[in-house]
Amino acid sequence: MNIEQQDFYTQAILSMAALVGLTSFLMLGQGRLLRLIFVFALQGLLLTMTTALAAYSLDSPHLFISALLTLVLKVIFIPWMLRRQVLLMNMHRDIEALKNNTAVMLGGASLMVFSYYVLHPIVQTSSAIMLNALAVSLSVVLLGMLLMISHRQAVAHVVGFMSIENGLFFAAIVATKGMPMVVELGVAFDVLVAAVLFGIFFFHIRTSIDSLDVDRMNRLNEVDQ
Amino acid sequence: MIAAYLVLLIPFIGIVFFAFAGHKQDTGRLNVRFNAITLAATVWLAVNVLNNGTILSSDKAFIIDSFNVYLIVLTAFIGLTTAIFSAPYMEHEKELGKLTERRLKLYYSMYQGFMLAMYLVLTTNNMGVMWVAMEGATLATVLLVSLYRTPESIEAAWKYFILCGVGIAQALFGTILLYYAAVQIGDGDNALLWSVLFENARKLNPEILQIAFVFMLIGYGTKIGLVPLHNWLPDAHSEGPTPMSAVLSGLLLNDALYAVVRSKMLVDGATQGNTAGLLMMGFGMLSFLVAALFLHRQKDIKRLFSYSSIEHMGIMTFAFGMGGPLATFAALLHMTVHSLTKSAIFVSVGHAAQLAGTQNMERIRGLIKTQPQIGWGLLIGTVAIAGFPPFGVFTSEFLVLLATMHSYPWLAPLLLLGIGIAFAGLFRHIQPMVYGEQPEGQLPIKANLWPVMIHLALVLWLGLAIPDFLANWFSQATLLISGSMPL
Amino acid sequence: MNWLLAVIQTMLFVALAPLLSGWLKWCKCHLQNRKAPSLLQPYRNLLKLTRKQPVVAEHASWIFTKSPYIVFSAMVLAASVVPLIAVDLPSAASADVIVLVGFFAFARFFLALAGLDIGTAFGGMGSSREMTISSLAEPAMLMAVFTLTMTASTTNLSLAIEHVLHEGLVLRPSFVFAMFALILVAIAETGRIPVDNPATHLELTMIHEAMILEYSGRHLALIEWASQLKLMLYGVLIANIFLPWGIAQGFSAQALSYGLLTIIGKLGVLAILLAISETLVAKMRLFRVQEYLSFAYLLGLLGMLSHIILEASR
Repeated sequence: MNIEQQDFYTQAILSMAALVGLTSFLMLGQGRLLRLIFVFALQGLLLTMTTALAAYSLDSPHLFISALLTLVLKVIFIPWMLRRQVLLMNMHRDIEALKNNTAVMLGGASLMVFSYYVLHPIVQTSSAIMLNALAVSLSVVLLGMLLMISHRQAVAHVVGFMSIENGLFFAAIVATKGMPMVVELGVAFDVLVAAVLFGIFFFHIRTSIDSLDVDRMNRLNEVDQ
Repeated sequence: MIAAYLVLLIPFIGIVFFAFAGHKQDTGRLNVRFNAITLAATVWLAVNVLNNGTILSSDKAFIIDSFNVYLIVLTAFIGLTTAIFSAPYMEHEKELGKLTERRLKLYYSMYQGFMLAMYLVLTTNNMGVMWVAMEGATLATVLLVSLYRTPESIEAAWKYFILCGVGIAQALFGTILLYYAAVQIGDGDNALLWSVLFENARKLNPEILQIAFVFMLIGYGTKIGLVPLHNWLPDAHSEGPTPMSAVLSGLLLNDALYAVVRSKMLVDGATQGNTAGLLMMGFGMLSFLVAALFLHRQKDIKRLFSYSSIEHMGIMTFAFGMGGPLATFAALLHMTVHSLTKSAIFVSVGHAAQLAGTQNMERIRGLIKTQPQIGWGLLIGTVAIAGFPPFGVFTSEFLVLLATMHSYPWLAPLLLLGIGIAFAGLFRHIQPMVYGEQPEGQLPIKANLWPVMIHLALVLWLGLAIPDFLANWFSQATLLISGSMPL
Repeated sequence: MNWLLAVIQTMLFVALAPLLSGWLKWCKCHLQNRKAPSLLQPYRNLLKLTRKQPVVAEHASWIFTKSPYIVFSAMVLAASVVPLIAVDLPSAASADVIVLVGFFAFARFFLALAGLDIGTAFGGMGSSREMTISSLAEPAMLMAVFTLTMTASTTNLSLAIEHVLHEGLVLRPSFVFAMFALILVAIAETGRIPVDNPATHLELTMIHEAMILEYSGRHLALIEWASQLKLMLYGVLIANIFLPWGIAQGFSAQALSYGLLTIIGKLGVLAILLAISETLVAKMRLFRVQEYLSFAYLLGLLGMLSHIILEASR
């Protein structure tokens, strides 16, 4: 089925998927923390819009609650908290020199191809749209992991972690029209607690190693020193 | 059913109570009492199941069948014995100045939080809630790993948090895929209920379920500590307080494996094949061998035993993956005896480390001379975990080996080799610690070794004879998982 | 008749180009709290420059003196290919988008040669930088353009625009990517901030200005005009490909005037956006331009991929 024949909702979802994927790539190549956080908030906003759109088009009001939760958590609370940390640590002027940025980007592109490859069997049972939505969300998940691997700052790790959540959330909304409410609330609760814990951790890491550079946490390993 | 709600309610009250009550001299004992009441509730629940068979709550939110009922009791039991151990242990740590009252408050509250998450994982019928509870267990324990606030412990906790968080996110993706497959065949509201899915497993799309299983295995596998996702496990075990290591090894790993097996049951129903099993066998074998080799180069006593946990989780994953009735039975038994033995070992290890004032094995010496109970406890525990007869671990490992020889004879030598390597790795470290010369100025400490003795006695009992009701549950669970009765 | 229209459209292009850069400058001045020059200032500049006698260096070869004419005519030819107010014009049918890219490359080639011709340090530096950037920008631009042409199954701009028009409003992820890619390329190619700063002659950072440093008089006028044309060409490309609504599909006076008004409106808005971004963003180091352009390429690639993967029929 070509895109012209799809209804407007599907087109919009596809565009949203593309944009969400784009924000993941933007985060991947971002060396400045504040901008990284901004793009993350943007991704959250896209997610909120997608959820609201789905809630409206599919007439499932409980998705509005999810949209609201996303808005509050991922667009406002978490970015605010991270931003505050960055300003507090006076890290907003530092630019993280990303090693092998090109390689990471290419890696990101191949992860996207990989997610399509992995999820391809799904086409047999459903529309291509589902494949796209799921594949994009899987690649957001994988790109989030790549972000965590390629960045050294703890703040960037948290952003990667949360963007993994975003990818999962997107999959849940688009492919299955939201999980059952109890699960969704549970997941939102977990995310909230995780965010708070991250805040506590920043404090601990800062007091123990006086930096949020994760590379400096290298006391525990299996290699003899 | 009331019993099941009680099992969940008591730890919840515990969280709130410890969070607000503040730390007092007797908080440790209160924690013991909370766990004792929960144990009583679980026993009540078990008796119910014993009399009436599988319990499914009216809204289908909870399920207690023969597979999880004994795990619930086991969880409560180990929770109780570890609490008994932890009360004086944590007091001692406080006297050493390693901990403050506020952190102890956090510790006790989160201890109950962890127990709640464990019970929820085991009792829930909803695969989504199971995920939430699993993540909840991480969140509850992550601050406990960093309880000492040393740079190492914070690093360990960060690693634990990030690795497990990212790992478990994969499991959520798998769950979403599962839900996606389930929505296609039925109504959305019940589509994540395990019992419903299990009944309709044949109708589920096998392709999607296979993909979903891969993600769930990776996700929950991170928690099991499967190689190559095991990095967090030795760090978290070695840097956290010892009671935490005991419950992590004894309970968390088991429950993660439980989640994987529940998913595997669905996938097997849908695919009518053994793809999932082969995956589990591969990961299990790899973890088993790698961990056995790593045992040799450890310096920290808690790291040593955490690698031993990885090794045993590898065996269980392998056995569940093999999937025949014999292997499944053996895996169920192994889950039980490993939990009991490993938590007993960690209790002895905690005492030994407190006695020597270090976790460095090169400086722990002459335990039997200084304080024989601790030395013997550690020695017998190690003998048991290494798979010596007549302990239960021997029985289960022997059954696994038997099943392997039956279904995959060419893997049996590998398995034997791994067990041998692990045995050597454990004993080369343990022998000098137990028998070696006693360092000067090493004094006995106040130790409570009842948990160790009870656990080891139980393991011995299970090695000699499995009680009827337990054997019955194991058989029924085996029937449920593998589709046929053992033997 | 149609040919006449085509000629008129091209002339409109040429005539309006200075106005666009005047408007851009006006917006920018206001955003930066400066007193803006009149909108017609670029025209006055051009007029003044044409009146002046060009000074040509002693060692300059014919390339130096002819280049402005070649560059300008290449731009005018390029302008004739791009539909401004109406589609279906015969000039547009004669060439497609690849030829358009070719015109740009042709003009750039001669400009770079002219920069080298005199043998001054700045000219050579500017030329080498310009070629570096364009060699990176061109693949990105082609990627973006191909995304469009694959959707429309034609490389002809006019037909492609018609295709988009006929389809109605379809939200295409690939177009979103392609549009961003094209915007990034356009900024790089027309030498705007953050790649190059058209308003400065700071030696170490300039690119375009370095090449044309030796030009004066009417030669300079032509080159300036050509670069204004280029800016407008890119603006029209972005506006008309991705948001073609309003462009005249017939040749009635009403449709044409409507088309003219809409394109002026679209360009006006684009110029405001550009002015805002130029005010907010700082110029980046030269060595980071390749990162910027590889990002544009990545976007183009994503657009292409998402066209193939997300939108293709199954």
